Amino acid sequence: MNHHTIELDDVSVSLGEVDALRDVSLSVDAGEFLGLVGPNGAGKTTLLRTINGVITPDSGAVRLDGTAVTELGPRGVSRHVATVPQDTSVSFAFSVEDVVRMGRTPYRARTDLTGDEADREAIERALERTEMADLRDRPITAVSGGERQRAFVARALAQDTPALVLDEPTASLDINHQVGVLELVGELIADGRGAVAAIHDLDLAARYCDRLALLADGELQAVGDPETVLSDEHLRPAFDTRTAVTPDAVTGTPSVTAIAEPRRDRNAHVHVLGSGATAARALTKLWQAGFEVTAGPMPSGDTALSVAAELDIEAITAPPLSGPGESALREAQEHCRTAAVTVLADPEVGPDGTVLELAESSGRPILVETRPLEARNHGGQDVRERYRDLESRALTASIHGLVPAIAETIRPQAVPADD
Amino acid sequence: MRMGLRIGVWTVGLTVTLFVVTVTSAAIGPVALDLPTVAKATLNAVGIPAGLDVGIVETSVLSLSVPAPTVDVRYAYPFSFGVPGTAETIVRDVRLPRIALGGVVGFALASAGAVMQGFFRNPMADPSIIGVSSGAAVGAVATIAFPIAFPFGLQTAAFAGALVAAFVVYAIATENGRTPVATLLLAGVAVQTFLGAVISYLLLHAGESLERAVFWLMGHLHSSSWAEVEVTLPVVLVTFFGLLAYARDLNALMLGEEDAQTVGIAVERTKRILLALSSIVTAAAVAVAGVIGFVGLIVPHVMRLLVGPDHRILLPTSALAGAAFLVATDTVARSNPAPLPVGIVTSALGAPFFLYLLRRREVHEL
Repeated sequence: MNHHTIELDDVSVSLGEVDALRDVSLSVDAGEFLGLVGPNGAGKTTLLRTINGVITPDSGAVRLDGTAVTELGPRGVSRHVATVPQDTSVSFAFSVEDVVRMGRTPYRARTDLTGDEADREAIERALERTEMADLRDRPITAVSGGERQRAFVARALAQDTPALVLDEPTASLDINHQVGVLELVGELIADGRGAVAAIHDLDLAARYCDRLALLADGELQAVGDPETVLSDEHLRPAFDTRTAVTPDAVTGTPSVTAIAEPRRDRNAHVHVLGSGATAARALTKLWQAGFEVTAGPMPSGDTALSVAAELDIEAITAPPLSGPGESALREAQEHCRTAAVTVLADPEVGPDGTVLELAESSGRPILVETRPLEARNHGGQDVRERYRDLESRALTASIHGLVPAIAETIRPQAVPADD
Repeated sequence: MRMGLRIGVWTVGLTVTLFVVTVTSAAIGPVALDLPTVAKATLNAVGIPAGLDVGIVETSVLSLSVPAPTVDVRYAYPFSFGVPGTAETIVRDVRLPRIALGGVVGFALASAGAVMQGFFRNPMADPSIIGVSSGAAVGAVATIAFPIAFPFGLQTAAFAGALVAAFVVYAIATENGRTPVATLLLAGVAVQTFLGAVISYLLLHAGESLERAVFWLMGHLHSSSWAEVEVTLPVVLVTFFGLLAYARDLNALMLGEEDAQTVGIAVERTKRILLALSSIVTAAAVAVAGVIGFVGLIVPHVMRLLVGPDHRILLPTSALAGAAFLVATDTVARSNPAPLPVGIVTSALGAPFFLYLLRRREVHEL
């Protein structure tokens, strides 16, 4: 029978009065990287500690390759699973090689002080693999945080186990080392190991893990591929905040942004025209400020559109090349006409001047520009003239000044003049 | 392999140092002797256990004559250089017993200190931290002050007192089979304070034996005999090699207990063994020499600066350096016009040196 590399079966742990884990069932197979995500205090570290045998669950079982952790004992467990601890700061000046050698503890005989050939080979391989061979004689207290993390990964490698447990392997590392360490773990998994890592950074977790398990308050909220687990539906209750999940511009994997909920309802309709990052930021700002926001037309696949979708903002979609159809345009026109304010966020201006037409039909345009018109003008001299007209008529605001600018524009209407 | 070589080189080097210190020390005294003579006489005194003589002796228990078995160790003496009789007697019977006992005690205290500092991950730890010395002192002072109430012999009482105190501290600090080192440290401090009160009370009522008791408390080697060496040395050596077998476990423990468990160390069991062995090795030393401070603190500390934190090398080098250090300081103590207890000398040298390390921030590296 084929066993899971790591298997948790209805595991519950209470630490003092607190239920740290409740009925958690999970499994990790060879060649799989499972990321544990969730807020602080969700039970991620506790779960890892049940796997490496540091904590014995109050109920339920943890099995490594089919054998219960409780039956294996510390030495047995340490031959199945190696741990890269969260806190790798060492206050004693052991050399890097000394630290890596500690990974051989599960295999050595008590009377053997210097280690045998197998030990030396395993240590050598681990140092090579993690590119730590050149630093082997350096005191672990005198290498950088990223190198120290690699030294502990090397120790885990020397331990020669089918499973790896990593507790926040990227916390407190610079971004280059974060990626370096996770790339390395990825390679080790490709060799056929199974790994579980608690990862605080949701984007990194999505990028490197095959599956994610979302924990909150000691309970498993969702398990599955990153695209499934990282959704506002799952994240909002777990983190107690609104989130927007958009594909990362570089890696294409889900990227999570927490967004503060609107603090008040402004009861005013704002329509957003434009596309790209500026439009996306404008949408988020306006949504957070509590406006009733609509958007579009925006080319399908645009960043701003995915933000709109995450925030449940009504947005009109246009096919990317052919421009908006008749009905989409009518709808947008209606929005521009009824909105208290229309925001033009870095609008791309085509030869037909659709955006300009829409802006002209709106009462109070506000222009937010981060890129020069030349970069957005696809319509030539004629269009430029019309754009200049609009510019002179519109209010100009920066992204940060957008909400105050709108408030300013709306006020005279809301508060009747004294005379 | 490299580690094996390093251990070998350091061990040989320190053994030679110890021999040089021993010979030099044996040459110093009221009767001046030249070094070559002393060296020969010292080698002549080296005995290797060669066998056991088991005999039956009639002893009286409750006024009945009972045959009891006795065990005598037979020694073989590999060296027999020609040395003048007086010189041989002075070296072998007067000076060497004290030097040898000093060496054994220094060896024991420094190895226990090295282990305790690693165990507690704290440079201020030494064997007395878990109450071993205070326990021994209570046993010894009680025997000195009230010989009729405590007729077990000074060394036995001190040894037993040391182990009882260590066990009590351990038992107080242990809950559900776990012994957190922080709790152990605090329980040790509390028990030490309590035993300090007991010692003060005993001293108050010690009457004429007060001076003897105080002298014992200060740490001394002045009444050493070969018999004490013969009993103490085997205990110290056996426990030392026991500790050495746990050197790698101790290394792993230095990175944290939870971390040690993940590389396969049975943490609580290992801690129990380390505590028991270092308590025994300390008790054996304290029982014959009283409370000699700073050897267990300073020597491992300096060795850690020299050879690094790896206990596979730190433990044997500390032990040998401890032996040489105590032999040297005792030489100072006994060659003083008014002989001093060696504990005064070690503390007087050790404390300033420790403060120097503290100011240089070396201690924080630990």
